Amino acid sequence: MSYLAHNTQHVPTGLRKIWYINWPLVMLISAVASAGFLMLYSVAGGSTSPWMEPQVKRFGLGMVLMFIVAMVPIWFWRNMAFVAYAASIILLLGVEFFGEVRMGAQRWIDLKFMVLQPSELTKITVVMFIAAYYDWLPLEKTSRPVWVALPVIFILVPTMLVLKQPDLGTSLLLLFGGTTVMFLAGVHWAYFASVVGAGVGAIVAVFESRGTSWQLLKDYQYRRIDTFIDPSNDPLGAGYHITQAKIALGSGGWTGRGFMQGTQSRLNFLPEKHTDFIFTTLAEEFGFVGASTLLLLYLLIVVFCIVSALGNRDRFAALLTLGIAMTFFLFFAVNMSMVMGLAPVVGVPLPLVSYGGSAMLVLLVAFGLVQSAHVHRPR
Amino acid sequence: MKRQPKDIIASNRTISRRALVLGTSQIALMAVLGWRMRSMQVEHADEFRLLAEENRINIRLLPPSRGLVFDRNGIAIADNEQNYRVVMVREDAGDVGEVLARLTEIVDIAPEDLSRAMEEMHRRSPFVPVTIAERLTWEDVAKINLNTPALPGISAEVGQSRVYPWGADLAHVVGYVGPVSDYDLSRIDDQDPLLQIPKFQIGKTGAENKLEHTLRGSAGHRRIEVNAVGRVMRELDRQEGDAGKDVQLTIDNRLQTYAQARLDGESAGVVVIDLEHGDLRAIASAPSFDPNLFVRGISVADWEGLNADKYRPLAAKAVQGTYPPGSTFKMVTALAAMEDGVVTADETVYCPGHTDVYGIRFHCWKRGGHGNINLHDSLKQSCDCYYYEIAQRVGIDKMAAMARKLGLGTKHDLPLSAVASGLAPDKEWKSSVRGEDWRIGDTVNASIGQGYVLTSPLQLAIMTARIATGHEIAPRLVRLIDGVEQPSGRGESLGLNENTLRRIRAAMTDVCNNRRGTAYGSRILTEGYAMAGKSGTSQVRRITPEERAAGVTRNEDLPWERRDHALFVSYAPLDNPRYAVAVIVEHGGGGSSAAAPIARDVILQALYGGAPPLDAYPANQRDKIEQQQRRIEARIPMGAKAQSRA
Repeated sequence: MSYLAHNTQHVPTGLRKIWYINWPLVMLISAVASAGFLMLYSVAGGSTSPWMEPQVKRFGLGMVLMFIVAMVPIWFWRNMAFVAYAASIILLLGVEFFGEVRMGAQRWIDLKFMVLQPSELTKITVVMFIAAYYDWLPLEKTSRPVWVALPVIFILVPTMLVLKQPDLGTSLLLLFGGTTVMFLAGVHWAYFASVVGAGVGAIVAVFESRGTSWQLLKDYQYRRIDTFIDPSNDPLGAGYHITQAKIALGSGGWTGRGFMQGTQSRLNFLPEKHTDFIFTTLAEEFGFVGASTLLLLYLLIVVFCIVSALGNRDRFAALLTLGIAMTFFLFFAVNMSMVMGLAPVVGVPLPLVSYGGSAMLVLLVAFGLVQSAHVHRPR
Repeated sequence: MKRQPKDIIASNRTISRRALVLGTSQIALMAVLGWRMRSMQVEHADEFRLLAEENRINIRLLPPSRGLVFDRNGIAIADNEQNYRVVMVREDAGDVGEVLARLTEIVDIAPEDLSRAMEEMHRRSPFVPVTIAERLTWEDVAKINLNTPALPGISAEVGQSRVYPWGADLAHVVGYVGPVSDYDLSRIDDQDPLLQIPKFQIGKTGAENKLEHTLRGSAGHRRIEVNAVGRVMRELDRQEGDAGKDVQLTIDNRLQTYAQARLDGESAGVVVIDLEHGDLRAIASAPSFDPNLFVRGISVADWEGLNADKYRPLAAKAVQGTYPPGSTFKMVTALAAMEDGVVTADETVYCPGHTDVYGIRFHCWKRGGHGNINLHDSLKQSCDCYYYEIAQRVGIDKMAAMARKLGLGTKHDLPLSAVASGLAPDKEWKSSVRGEDWRIGDTVNASIGQGYVLTSPLQLAIMTARIATGHEIAPRLVRLIDGVEQPSGRGESLGLNENTLRRIRAAMTDVCNNRRGTAYGSRILTEGYAMAGKSGTSQVRRITPEERAAGVTRNEDLPWERRDHALFVSYAPLDNPRYAVAVIVEHGGGGSSAAAPIARDVILQALYGGAPPLDAYPANQRDKIEQQQRRIEARIPMGAKAQSRA
């Protein structure tokens, strides 16, 4: 019995698939997104415009996309992995040459009907492609140097392109997302140990390069690092954002200051209050209770993905699901660490909550892949 | 791709194992996030809440209105007036240049004000109101209000500013206010937050300065919510401050204005004190200056002009200036000697025109001498030798003690700038301050108010008041604070022998009313208003033996700054005296000729509460007095001015 035949026999078909969708995961995603709508309504001063309404529409569109992706068999997506990866690399190169410069960074391509941010797309396609690569690669070759070097290149190419835009946060997500899949696929521990060692070396190099002709990061990124180390150095300049974010977060207390009562966000002390720093508004208005509830929802999403992956005997499906879960985890963990002053401000939005079209759509498509893997798992 | 079942199992085992490793580290990381959240939101919530409140809430001070100063008749002498200013909010104006151009078509605005406002507007946030011009007339304000539609962002605001309706006439008493400066802040220990308001007006000199805490009031405040760029979102609450307390001075504005006018053209000072409560009715110093110049910010030219004037308009000569009292000090010497019993009233001293003390010759003003002379005549004719003699008998320490008892050489507590303490020298003073032994010649000099003795006109007026009443009269400048009467200046009896005092007063009476008295020319004829006094002429230089040999040089022939100071002290009426007056005319020449007429005119003005009838004056002076009265009346249209303010 062929692999395909085996799978198709035991996999639901047609509309019956709806019953096999991981509904609790859908519920959790909707819950988190709703929390986002609420916050966007609040930061707009109690108005659906300019942020909440487009966000709801995009969420609706994203949910439709998620179901469509979920209905399509996972092996189709595995076969498409290389095409998707190649397309996203081309788009990244397109950004490099035709992209629009906004807010000092070249990240967007104007497709007339919508503005696309290819780096968002790349977050999934890299994970997808690496997962497909390990699905294709015979198990015994997993840890051989040549076969390890290949996926490293696959990861590094888009990472470098994104870093050049410059978008430090996304490039870190790409790097970690791809590497996670390699780790899960069973690449030998020693590689990771040496990468961590090299990473430490790289950090040293980054700091050493400062002020020299081969400076690795942009000045603003160095300043962000300085500010991170001691935000009080520059409370009105570079450290202002993080200081105000911490004040907002801390002043929430146990139960928060009440919906739409957060003075820090309402009076514009918070920077980027509808995007990267939206978590601080939530923490200010709903306090520790609200913030930890959101954290718990995120945790449950990750756990549901992991449970789904562990019960999936298809190698591609399991790797993809875990890779996406890890990327999602990195998303909110980095964002929260950032606004709580535990990590430098690198510009990572809070997934499903922050205002932003590309990120929302891409995340929902990614969960569509997770659903597809769930629905079409071998039984 | 197709796999062997054992491969699938191996793959799944690896993935599961590694997924658990990752999952565990993820949960650990989330635990860190949760812990951090708890630490910030639960443990340190109060600190962050406080920071958030500090971010959000600004406290704006509401300056209180400054207390007014009135004269004893209730006429305002330091007033607050509405000050209209035009302000502009950049963000409401749209095209700032265009709007300003239209504004200048309607009202006159100095180009430097415009450029300063433009500069400030570009420095500040667009929503901050910037003052373009101050002290607009009501007419200008009306024009601006009428043209509001054409002047977006422009509005007229009203504030308060200090005004001194009587200008220079009360400048030395009331002083003036001005914007608080860094120098002020460094000098005064005052934690009042009002002082942090830019350009807040505080008293700089005079009563405005000394009564600052009474007049200032206390700040109100309003708490406002601001957003991140400082824009005011709403007012949270408001608490009005307490307005400054009103103060009524003992000064009689009418008399003060008269005295200033009477001193016009001289460098002089007059103090009038009443004997009932020690109320200072007038403290005039000439020349004076317009305090309103300082409130608005004095120009460099005006300031340099005031400083360059050799008559020193900025000096309040009546209270700050100290001068050798000359013969007006003779009452002190006489009282000291009489009280000590070293001389009796009828005892005569021979005056040959000079006295030799240990080989040094001290001259009497009368070269030929007065012959045998007693206390009464020595005061009346102002014989010097008599005092050289009795001073040596009584000694300087007792003279100094008497001087202090009569209010000389001590600083009187008055809310005025730089009240002089003068100097009543004694042996201890000379050894401790100058490091020299007291010499008998110093006593001889001091006996006629020369040498080290220094007094201010205020002190001389107090001395005269004490001699006239025998009571310890302390000067009082503030009559009411916020309607509360201040303690009277009339104190206990000085404990001087009444008989001695009567002798002195009788001699002072004859100074003005006896044909041979030095100030007979300045007598008052009105029944019951007659004046007693004592003239003084104090040298500002030493008369050299050559000059003396060539005959005493006439004052008129000397350059102004080397002429003698003219002094006169007096009280009136003789029975039941009501006022004491001291006059100094700097480098005015003889006390009886330059100072006594001023003292008489001022005291008459005080006694009559206005211009006295001409028959109060000796018949041969009436024409001159009439002209003088007309001149003064022309300078100060008193009735009209007083009515317009009352």
